[in-house]
Amino acid sequence: MSSRTLPLLFINLGGEMLYILDQRLRAQNIPADKAKKVMNDIITTMFNKKFLEELFKPQELYSKKALRTVFDRLAHASIMRLNQASMDKLYDLMTMAFKYQVLLCPRPKDILLVSFNHMDAIKDFVKDTPSILSQVDETYRQLIEMYTPLSSGEFQLIRQTLLIFFQDMHIRVSIFLKDKVQNSNGRFVLPTSGSVPHGTQVPGLIRIFSCTGEELTRQQFNNGGNYNAALREGSFEIFGDRVTKLGTNMYSVSRPVETHMSGTSKNSAQHTKVSAAPNPLAKEELNLLARLMGGLEVEKPGNTDSGFRVNLFATDEEEEEALISRPDELSYGVINIQATKDQQANAELAKIMGEFTESGDQSPGASSKGDDLLAMMDGL
Amino acid sequence: MYHKEKSIQIKNSASALYNNLGVLRIAPRRLTYFTVVHANVVNMVSASWDGLNYSHRQLQSKEPNVATSTSLIMQAAFCALPSRDLLVVTSQKGIQMYESDGSIMVYWHALDTPETPTGVSSGAILVFDVPSKGSNITLSEVLEEHKESITDMASECSGSQECIANLVTADDEGNLCVWKSGEEFQLLNKIPGFDMSCSSVKLWKGTVVAGYGTGQIRLYEAVTGILHAEVNAHARWIYSLDIAPFSGLLLSAAEDSLVRVWHLTMTPETNSVEVAHLHNECVTDTQICGAKFCDGDGYAFAVTGYDLSEIIRYVQS
Repeated sequence: MSSRTLPLLFINLGGEMLYILDQRLRAQNIPADKAKKVMNDIITTMFNKKFLEELFKPQELYSKKALRTVFDRLAHASIMRLNQASMDKLYDLMTMAFKYQVLLCPRPKDILLVSFNHMDAIKDFVKDTPSILSQVDETYRQLIEMYTPLSSGEFQLIRQTLLIFFQDMHIRVSIFLKDKVQNSNGRFVLPTSGSVPHGTQVPGLIRIFSCTGEELTRQQFNNGGNYNAALREGSFEIFGDRVTKLGTNMYSVSRPVETHMSGTSKNSAQHTKVSAAPNPLAKEELNLLARLMGGLEVEKPGNTDSGFRVNLFATDEEEEEALISRPDELSYGVINIQATKDQQANAELAKIMGEFTESGDQSPGASSKGDDLLAMMDGL
Repeated sequence: MYHKEKSIQIKNSASALYNNLGVLRIAPRRLTYFTVVHANVVNMVSASWDGLNYSHRQLQSKEPNVATSTSLIMQAAFCALPSRDLLVVTSQKGIQMYESDGSIMVYWHALDTPETPTGVSSGAILVFDVPSKGSNITLSEVLEEHKESITDMASECSGSQECIANLVTADDEGNLCVWKSGEEFQLLNKIPGFDMSCSSVKLWKGTVVAGYGTGQIRLYEAVTGILHAEVNAHARWIYSLDIAPFSGLLLSAAEDSLVRVWHLTMTPETNSVEVAHLHNECVTDTQICGAKFCDGDGYAFAVTGYDLSEIIRYVQS
């Protein structure tokens, strides 16, 4: 499968996460300066240079557990806290939204346009902060460099790799149910109408040719749908009209985000354990990536003046209830990392940790901050 | 023309992979084997023709006796050789061959590590010599003509001895290579693509039938490369094609949720081909990834879809 899938998965999921957090911060009336700090901190962490270097290397997709842990860290990169139930819900929404976008993309290459829609919105979130803006612009360039030369077949392989990652996820999202893009059984609606993808003709024509290449006959057949010609192609540059709406922000303060847990367990029960034996390599990668995120300069939470909690549910009671009633098969099983022990054993990773900090302090000083955060995480 | 029959439930849902359905009819035992790939597992169902007995088996892609993690499977397909049938499973790590009921793995061929790909994703075609019994399978040839990943290959299925070409291979750029088998394989023709992936290909009575990512189906004369017909068949990427060799029925299935049945007529005297559209089946809200006829006449066909844990069957009315 494709070894170039991870950056797209990460950026699109990150984008969805920012849409949801932005909506919740406003819905909970968090003061504008704090809200902005949270968004800026998360975006800074997402687009950290060293982190992106690791991300863009050709590699296998992370396991669901590993990726969930990365997003846990990302969500906590600032003064905002999320309880387990809220974090679960946030992740459910992020993944179902991106699954929807991947499935509905008319052509595999359109996944890049969806990514640009997310990038455009992220750029808008940080438009007043030049330092972060330049990080975002740099990421655009990396995306363009890596993905625009790929063929349609290579994009389809990326899409297939993403679809394996999202296989069997049928969590119902109320905003999708309301808009009738998701059925009550959790499956997305795939219309047999609308514009055909760019490069495809409306089905219906059979042309027969002679041996010399002249067209002999044309016939029409009933295509069983209601299609029209393709729209113009979206822009693959840093700026431009992406044409597709997939990947744009569908949340607003007036449209609350809810998920339904019941009714999905039947499908999940058929889910075989995809990898029975733990893959030691994956754990190593997880350690590295999580460490990269954990080692960054961030505000220490616990300072009651600036820290605050965001709830993805309407009330605290609902949040509590959601945690208790979450079906086992839908739990993400976030990995706890024994950072301290491994770090001593792995000099290479410790070196990268050291590179992360701004001052050029040698490993002990720099690492201990990372240690603290990770140790604290482990203790949760 | 066709109506839906009782579906067969499978243990896992189908992954979004090209040609993700294998069908093998075992007439003497009145049963049919089906294979559907889910990530790193092949789900096999053996279904009796009277509809009363179903037995399931799962195969994982890994080297025998090695405890490394399994790798993702690209395709599982039945190969009907003159003296035996084999189930061939290709994955990121290698190629496995099983007895057709999945009971024993008879051969494992490791592909090089991903950093230095010389396996099938580089465009190479591996030819194996298979004895009529046992596991003494050997790599006999490597055909290097394609530059892009191989997506599908097909052998001449009409059973006619008159056809010169007996293999066609397709790649991710839409290029088709036509071969003649023998002591060594001989390249007869190369039909260029237009930078659009050919995801599924069939060869029947000397005609190549190819399905593309644009939703088009094209028919070419194999040996000369002459384009006989072009059909704007689907609104999305085609995932599977199949031909019923005795009747000339063609089955096409795509991400657009539609399965279409066509009829091909060859007129050798005028060297022409006719394509008639017969039937549509819409599998609501499903991106189809596999569709195959269950018999040589096309009396019945089966379909798999992404995220669907069943094999849907249709039978002629």
